[in-house]
Amino acid sequence: MLRFLGSIPLGAVEALHLFVEEVGRMLILLGLSAVWLVRPPFRVREFVRQLDFAGAQSVLLIVLTGAFTGMVSALQSYNGMHRYGAESMVGATVVLALTRELGPVLSALMVVARVGSAMTAELGSMRNTQQIDALTSMAVEPVQYLVVPRIFAVTLVLPLLALIFSFTGMLGAYFICTGWLGIDVGSFMSGIRAYLDPEDITHGMIKAAVFGLMVSLTACSKGYYVTGGARGIGKATTRSVVLSSVMVLVTDYVMTTLMFRSS
Amino acid sequence: MIVLEDVYKQYGRQVVLNGINFRIREGSVTTIIGESGSGKSVLLRQMIGLERPDRGSICIRGENIVDLRSRELNRIRRHIGVLFQEGALFDSLSVKENVAFPVREHLRLTEKQIQQLVDDKLSQVGLRDHQDKFPSELSGGMRKRVGLARALALDPAIVFFDEPTSGLDPISSNVIYRLIEKTHADYSRTYVLVSHDVGRSLKISDEVMMLRDGKITWSGTPDELRASSDDAVRQFISGSTTGPLTIE
Repeated sequence: MLRFLGSIPLGAVEALHLFVEEVGRMLILLGLSAVWLVRPPFRVREFVRQLDFAGAQSVLLIVLTGAFTGMVSALQSYNGMHRYGAESMVGATVVLALTRELGPVLSALMVVARVGSAMTAELGSMRNTQQIDALTSMAVEPVQYLVVPRIFAVTLVLPLLALIFSFTGMLGAYFICTGWLGIDVGSFMSGIRAYLDPEDITHGMIKAAVFGLMVSLTACSKGYYVTGGARGIGKATTRSVVLSSVMVLVTDYVMTTLMFRSS
Repeated sequence: MIVLEDVYKQYGRQVVLNGINFRIREGSVTTIIGESGSGKSVLLRQMIGLERPDRGSICIRGENIVDLRSRELNRIRRHIGVLFQEGALFDSLSVKENVAFPVREHLRLTEKQIQQLVDDKLSQVGLRDHQDKFPSELSGGMRKRVGLARALALDPAIVFFDEPTSGLDPISSNVIYRLIEKTHADYSRTYVLVSHDVGRSLKISDEVMMLRDGKITWSGTPDELRASSDDAVRQFISGSTTGPLTIE
């Protein structure tokens, strides 16, 4: 046993230690956020500000990426299906891919890039310039004031963004299929009607909510506990983006396995 | 009013506070001096309750804040104002909103009353005409003055100042110290300064303490400090590079 333990490289032990520390911090922050979420005073103003930042201000980006994703998916699907004369299946294939996978995952990745990175940098800067200490010294609970509105807003807003992504993606696919590839409108729509279940949409939204929680929790945790000045903020922001993106993709696999196993 | 007994704080293997004992009288101005890295700011953080000491007690207004839960500690904090080293103003809020922040949090006032209070506090620090500016648009000295207005917004019983003039030019430093002196004369609250600006702080202090090697090694009035024969005190006042104090 001792020989086995001795053979484990020191770097691996250190990495494991850091991982456990990181997960521990995030769980503590999640627990604190859950407690402060239900305790007054409720930070409505901050919550609305975060809804605007994470939600309303992300819509254009989501519409743009959603439309192009739908268009390119339609083109690629058509290339494959055209060979087997199954052009009528293009609409259904693209829409299922959008609602189940592309909508939630790509929206989450867009939010990681636009919102998560900004949250980590902002909270990190507030930590470095003693603004978080100032809140504490003024008898204001920083987790309740800074973290809870961010986590709650992103968790709530990401399913809606995923829905917008899927819808605009669908529109993009529709215009490419009917306007350029010559697929009949009726067969495009009938394919969708035949294969798209309401569950595909709700499962996609549940996924997006879970991603929203993970992304915002990671971003807040990285920023809130930052150390090491400007360099520390830079590192924390990079790690926040990388970790969130990887977590989204891994969780997506796990959730897909659980949700869509039989369909 | 503020009583510290056997306060001990260690980070890893480094002992920063090694048994701090002192009393600060109500209504007095007390300055804690010491070389850079002597633990002055750490001591201040313990007194504000931003960190808990490993051992010892810190009594503020008769209550040992070390044992208090966060909600009880917040009750004490409502009577405390803090001017942080760089002002610690909220970037996303204007000057007016920064000063109004603690008022909105803790007092139930109308918008008109809040505006009146903000006007008063900003007038005291000479920044009434800069209410709509954001912290990024202010100079270092102005940021500290706004920080002072915010620290005084709730008329706290105790105000802590962490290096109030660090990074400021001599004129701005004088302005800040005059404001500290003036506001103390107006309200007679307890002021605790952590500073290495000996010249200016001696002029306004009732008592001075020296923090060295994690302990209060000297305390007395400014006159006693000037007349002290303690080698470390004399070196600190003169700024000499030779003596018992060494900068690493």
